[in-house]
Amino acid sequence: MKKAGIIMIIGSLLLLGLFKFPLWNIMLGAPQYPDPLGMDIYIEGIKGVQEFDIKNIDGLNHYIGMKTIPEPKDMWEFQVFPMVIGVMVAIGVIIGLLGFFGKVSYKWFIGWFLVMSILGIMGMYDFNSWLAEYGSDLNPKAIMKLLNPDGTPMTYKPPLIGYQKMLNFDVDSWPAMGAYMMFVGMMLTIVAFFVGKKEYKKVAKKPILKTVTA
Amino acid sequence: MKRTINILVSLIMVAGLVSCNNGGDKKGNKGKGGLATNAAEKVYVAPGEHDEFYAFISGGFSGQLSVYGLPSGRLFKVIPVFSQDAEKAWGYNEETKPMLETSYGFVPWDDSHHPDISQTNGELDGRWVFINGNNTPRIARIDLTTFETAEIIEVPNSAGNHSSSFITENTEYVVAGTRFSVPIPQRDMPIKDYKGNFKGALSFISVDPESGRMAIKFQLMMPGFDYDLSHPGRDKSHGWFFFTTYNTEEANTLLEVNASQNDKDFIAAVNWKKIEEYVNNGGGIKVPAKYAHNVYDDETHTATSTMMNEVLTVNPLDVPGAVYFLPTPKSPHGCDVDPTGEYIVGNGKLSADLTVHSFTKMLAAIENKKFDGEAYGIPILKFEDVLAGTVKQPGLGPLHTEFDGKGNAYTTFFISSEVVKWKVGTWEVVDRQPAYYSVGHGMIPGGNSRKPFGKYFVSMNKITKDRYLPTGPEVTQSAQLYDISGDKMELLLDFPTIGEPHYAAGIPADIVAKNSRQIFKLAENKHPYATISDGGARVERKGNEVHIYMTMIRSHFNPDNIEGVKVGDKVFFHVTNHEQDYDVPHGISMIGANTSELLIMPGQTETFVWEPKQVGVWPFYCTDFCSALHQEMQGYIRVSPANSSTELKWSLGED
Repeated sequence: MKKAGIIMIIGSLLLLGLFKFPLWNIMLGAPQYPDPLGMDIYIEGIKGVQEFDIKNIDGLNHYIGMKTIPEPKDMWEFQVFPMVIGVMVAIGVIIGLLGFFGKVSYKWFIGWFLVMSILGIMGMYDFNSWLAEYGSDLNPKAIMKLLNPDGTPMTYKPPLIGYQKMLNFDVDSWPAMGAYMMFVGMMLTIVAFFVGKKEYKKVAKKPILKTVTA
Repeated sequence: MKRTINILVSLIMVAGLVSCNNGGDKKGNKGKGGLATNAAEKVYVAPGEHDEFYAFISGGFSGQLSVYGLPSGRLFKVIPVFSQDAEKAWGYNEETKPMLETSYGFVPWDDSHHPDISQTNGELDGRWVFINGNNTPRIARIDLTTFETAEIIEVPNSAGNHSSSFITENTEYVVAGTRFSVPIPQRDMPIKDYKGNFKGALSFISVDPESGRMAIKFQLMMPGFDYDLSHPGRDKSHGWFFFTTYNTEEANTLLEVNASQNDKDFIAAVNWKKIEEYVNNGGGIKVPAKYAHNVYDDETHTATSTMMNEVLTVNPLDVPGAVYFLPTPKSPHGCDVDPTGEYIVGNGKLSADLTVHSFTKMLAAIENKKFDGEAYGIPILKFEDVLAGTVKQPGLGPLHTEFDGKGNAYTTFFISSEVVKWKVGTWEVVDRQPAYYSVGHGMIPGGNSRKPFGKYFVSMNKITKDRYLPTGPEVTQSAQLYDISGDKMELLLDFPTIGEPHYAAGIPADIVAKNSRQIFKLAENKHPYATISDGGARVERKGNEVHIYMTMIRSHFNPDNIEGVKVGDKVFFHVTNHEQDYDVPHGISMIGANTSELLIMPGQTETFVWEPKQVGVWPFYCTDFCSALHQEMQGYIRVSPANSSTELKWSLGED
């Protein structure tokens, strides 16, 4: 299971990209912003695409009563996410190594993948509920209080994924480099599973072949 | 005298004849222009598209520098340089008042003439534009990252700073020659004793290659002629500078006649490298001279003015071989050097021909010491020995010549009101187009460099009469754009200009646009009265001075309610724009303030002074429509009687 172990290690290590590259990106374009404002969402915090984008988004958001974009210290997620990813990378590498030396079954690989998937879905769910809260928990003294056509107060939750028109803004929310690296990494752990399975079968068949030739 | 008048009369008659001839063309051309050809298409820059070139066109008696796009002829900005500009608080706010200081005190106006763009290796590098103030001699440097005036240096011993501000091919020097000769040092003496007693100072101002900072390296004290225009040698003639002269007669009255007597005046050829070496080895004489040196700092957002006390002068006779005179007919105006550096054109404005000198022949004549006498000890070369050729009868009143880098020259003719294209080397006229009317200078982007961008020619016209809708007795001056990419010039566009467009400098937009700044970083603001954080907003009293440390951001001032100001106080509004977003300036003004508004760019701090004269509650507001809540961006100051004990307090958002 040497090959599968190596693939498992590479797949896990690709998650380290999340410490360097953003997980998600939200861009806000408008007639006054031909060069759109943008937020890069990292597992450790939110940064502007350009130096002053966060300041400028906050500046605009104050008109509709949105809270300022949180600093890392304001959200537990930005402390926990890096730890979870760090631990999962470590576990993945250990499983890969153990697999490499034939100490654990290839089934551990898919097990890691399932745990990571569940954590990922939980993360997305948390992220989405933060977006919902951020977009709807508005200052009652907001400068502009807008209503939907049905009379309900307008909220400003950016889309979790995809494009949405919000007032004068074109909002695009898409996964970014970190997410793509995580996706490829997780896919590699599935590949590791199947490669491991194939290698296991070969190993299992070998004695049979031996007996035949014998 | 009578003879001269006769000549002038006949000149004017000839002018009449020529313009009659042109009249037919003009009538034929007018009104069909764009339809007959695809001229409209050539100048159309679609909404949202950008122009191909920047054109920096002098504002003449407006004292400023305008920024246009070519080929559209759209005006983008008027950069305040030598004149106060209430729109931008230039010369009104406390930060920029020092920029207009001179040895004569605060001078709120000047006459800006000849912009020139910085070069490296003879090619435009687009870092700075230099322009001269003609009346109270000054040179300004405009920074092309901010499009603001960064520095102004006064030129002492000079008067009518006209043969300026032309730069050498690595921006080693920006050169400023005097038009009027004057007594140096200035003294009380009869005007009629001018001859032999006045001097003409040619100033070589060094430019720091990194910072652009200017300093007067030396002044060459020349005979008392009028030094009209100048140009640096380039490429093979790099190291030389050429100045046209008129009034070599040294007349001091009725110059229109008395300075037009000599058949030939001179082009002065100055070997500045030789003089630089002389000066670097300790040569020259330091003389007392008062002149202001004003520098604006982008981090403190504040200018400082320093009064200088002496200048280094050089007597040309002390540096043998440094200066020669090239005889040139008659009262030459423009002095233009072709991109190869070989040809020096003297645009003899009262001559019917155009004289072109050869640099190679000049060197040979100097080598062989073939002199035709001397003037005040300066050798005069023989006209025939330095002449490269003559453009015969090209028009009337040649003023200035530009080059397209493809072997063609374009000369403007003031009297016959036309642009004439001729071939460098064969001197044959190949095309002519009328200008509407009385063209002064012309400009080809990069025309002052080794590498012109010979696609467009811009003529700058003094008179427009019927060309635009009338606007009372004062009508606009104008620029005209010609396509020179083909064999024949084609007039594409007329557009109005500010003040008087004496000259212009053009450059491909892509060299400059990428360096244009969007904001100033608040974190780098070192203004002594900046308010960097909202917590720093406050009001302080020092005797009868009240200093308001105010911030502005969409869409409020902090503080916006201030009490405790008294009649007789001097209130300083130190206002910092907290925006860090492109194109979000805010303005501020106070009712009854005896000064201009402030217009503050993101990250910048500016100051104006208000001296309240009446008790009451007085409003201030944002003067630049900044946001949807712009109308809400306002505040009040309570002014109490001088002897009141109203407590100083300030607030934002308190009920």
